[in-house]
Amino acid sequence: MTGTIAPAPQRTRLLGSIYAGNAASVLDRGLRATRSSNWVVMLSGVFEPIFYLLSLGIGLGQFVGTVDVGGGQVSYAAYIAPALLAVSAMNGAVYDSTWNVFFKMKYGRVYEGMLATSLGPLDVAIGEILLALLRGALYAIAFMLVMQALGLNLSWTALLALPAIALIAFGFASLGMGITSYLKTFQQMDWVNFVLLPMFLFSATFYPVTVYPVWLQWVVEALPLWHGVELVRGLTTGVLSWATLGHVAYYLVMVAIGLVFTTRRLRALFLS
Amino acid sequence: MPGPVIIARALTKSYGEFRAVDGIDFEVATGESFGLLGPNGAGKSTTMRMLSAVSTRTSGELSILGLDPDQHGPEIRARLGVVPQSDNLDGELRVRDNLIVYGRYFGIPRRRVAEKADELLAFAQLEDKRDARVESLSGGMKRRLTIARGLVNEPEILLLDEPTTGLDPQARHLLWDRLFRLKEQGTTLVLTTHYMDEAEQLCDRLIVVDKGAIMAEGSPASLIRDHSSREVLEVRFGSDRNALVAERIADVGDRVEVLPDRVLVYAGDGEAALREVIGRGLDPITSLVRRSSLEDVFLRLTGRSLVE
Amino acid sequence: MTSTAASARPRRYGALYVTEHRLRLVRSWRWTFIATTLGNPIIYLYSLGVGLATLVHTAIPIGDGREVSYLVYVAPALIASAAMTAAVEESMFPYLEGFKWNETFFAINSAPITGRQIVDGTTIWIAIRVVPTTIVYLVIAALFGAVTSAGAGLVVVIATAAGLAMGLLVSSYTATIREDRGQMAIIMRIIVMPLFLFSGTFFPLESLPIGLQWIGWVSPLWHGTQLSRVVAFGLAEPIWLTVAHVGYLAALAALGLWRTRAVVTARLDR
Repeated sequence: MTGTIAPAPQRTRLLGSIYAGNAASVLDRGLRATRSSNWVVMLSGVFEPIFYLLSLGIGLGQFVGTVDVGGGQVSYAAYIAPALLAVSAMNGAVYDSTWNVFFKMKYGRVYEGMLATSLGPLDVAIGEILLALLRGALYAIAFMLVMQALGLNLSWTALLALPAIALIAFGFASLGMGITSYLKTFQQMDWVNFVLLPMFLFSATFYPVTVYPVWLQWVVEALPLWHGVELVRGLTTGVLSWATLGHVAYYLVMVAIGLVFTTRRLRALFLS
Repeated sequence: MPGPVIIARALTKSYGEFRAVDGIDFEVATGESFGLLGPNGAGKSTTMRMLSAVSTRTSGELSILGLDPDQHGPEIRARLGVVPQSDNLDGELRVRDNLIVYGRYFGIPRRRVAEKADELLAFAQLEDKRDARVESLSGGMKRRLTIARGLVNEPEILLLDEPTTGLDPQARHLLWDRLFRLKEQGTTLVLTTHYMDEAEQLCDRLIVVDKGAIMAEGSPASLIRDHSSREVLEVRFGSDRNALVAERIADVGDRVEVLPDRVLVYAGDGEAALREVIGRGLDPITSLVRRSSLEDVFLRLTGRSLVE
Repeated sequence: MTSTAASARPRRYGALYVTEHRLRLVRSWRWTFIATTLGNPIIYLYSLGVGLATLVHTAIPIGDGREVSYLVYVAPALIASAAMTAAVEESMFPYLEGFKWNETFFAINSAPITGRQIVDGTTIWIAIRVVPTTIVYLVIAALFGAVTSAGAGLVVVIATAAGLAMGLLVSSYTATIREDRGQMAIIMRIIVMPLFLFSGTFFPLESLPIGLQWIGWVSPLWHGTQLSRVVAFGLAEPIWLTVAHVGYLAALAALGLWRTRAVVTARLDR
């Protein structure tokens, strides 16, 4: 830097090369792109958890009866509904931060264009994550309305499920984007699904983890989705404990790690 | 001289009301290098698809290798090589596998197709790319691979739709060189282009097409002789003055054309024409004397520029 | 060489060359293929057949006063579902690739291969893709103790047929797609997913409200699943219904094949 150029404000000392405080412009671009693309595709994402709820909650529910949650008994539909909510937050965030981001990196070259302006990698990361969150929030609200109509929100604390969903989506989106930056081909994208499927089925989604041998319980309880499912389930059924705070803490750490990781990756990829 | 390998009579293709190809007649002789020259949208690609025996004609007659493509598509295609306008290579296969897979479609036994693939890789100068992914190839390499693929069945006729469009000059010359070799080996070439230099380089004979119809036919030299003067003088007087000045020099050569940025004077002796223009007290900003080209033929025939 | 000699082999074997082409493409994703073929059955059978079964207290009635365990009940349905999912995937991507992404169908058609052969060869490929998936699934199901009779071997044939019926219907649509605007995601979310959930997969169709039961009746998956249960553990149903399952699947497959061939042939002649 030569003396003729005014020094940057102090704030940017720390984040100056990576953050221009303008994530909103990235979000704005994302919203415009969404509006010009096929809205039916976006809308179709709402139905997936609802189909699961109707099929398993109502159909299979007749063969299951009630399930124990923190000592109380709840209907099977009330048991799986919060889990499906958490899963849809995960899926939405992962979809947005993997497939979507993969296309933008590989084919759209959207990021190269963005980073050629004054935007930094952290602006891009936060903007994309906010977009994923917004979409996740829409899905979650729709699903919670269905839950309300079916009488599956058992406590006022269900209202807190919405910020919880945002936190879960934030965690997956921030980590997912960094992981996507390593992927080179479509085939590698399949591996993302290969990790998500067992997590979806095993994380106390459809039955308690106590059916597993102890070692497998530990594995499941180390994975993020289990914490998300338990967090949301506690809120919609009103069965809260200190563990609830533990789940929140898990996601706060995940968000922090994800943001640092993704920002570093974007900087290494585009600004080196 | 053997008979024609392609005969088209009143060949027409319509899409709804739109006549993409409107009753064209031509013949292509064995071993000939035949070109279709025209701007985008002239109906060249549609004609090529009909010649490839994949697109059925709306009316008229068409005979390829003595057969009717509507009845004998697969028989004809077994003896054709096709290089389409866009390289429809299989991006998920490696370079050599593209050739092998394609050869198999002609029923060539596996071992022979493997040998053939190596031979074609050498011809296309892609030996060191044999195991590369297609996506990693440059535009010129993809084009050469598509041409190599079109040769896998040792075709009697090779059809090339815009073979060098979008390539840099070096890649074009390399490609022309490969096509010359094929011509020397006796392969009949049919190609479309909107580059006059390409048509002049590669074609023994060509038709100039516009809006689905044939405007002229002949060898490049005879077309220039018949439809243009020997030389062309290009003069610029500034965009606002060109049209005005053109009136004052209308009688200098055989003919004058006014383009947005310059005036063309067609004359047997370009230098003499330039002296005459200056002699009339006009002072062009720039001037250039060159030989007539197919571009001038096209301008003469249609009143429009070939590349817009 | 005369024309007939040059084109004799492609005329006869053209469809198989198309299949051979698809098989060569597997090389680039063989590890995902192996991992999903082995992993999915283990994950689904363990979580749904074993884990979920702990909540399903009652055995599932299968008619004539007989009952089976939940694991035995869902296994044939999971196999049929896996066949459907694989068949649908392969009925989407090859057609978009062929017409849109790489335009390979136009290249293949420039060789002496017809549109009909392209469809037939792709369909043979789909069968080749689905059969090992169902066989591996069946073997793993047997290891879980979910297979109770030798007749269950027929599930491979039935599941593949149901997958093809569904796949061919899907390809008769995907072959028409001119612009990729996320139609495939919609097919997966609004057709495949509900069929998976509402085709009597996890519980007898009759347990659903009547307003949702029709999904099963029109679903090739339900017909394939019920037929699989008949051969796997002797699900009791009237003979006319069994005949209807077979007839319905055959009719859908024939319809889908005919439409797909027509669409592809027309689209190649541009």
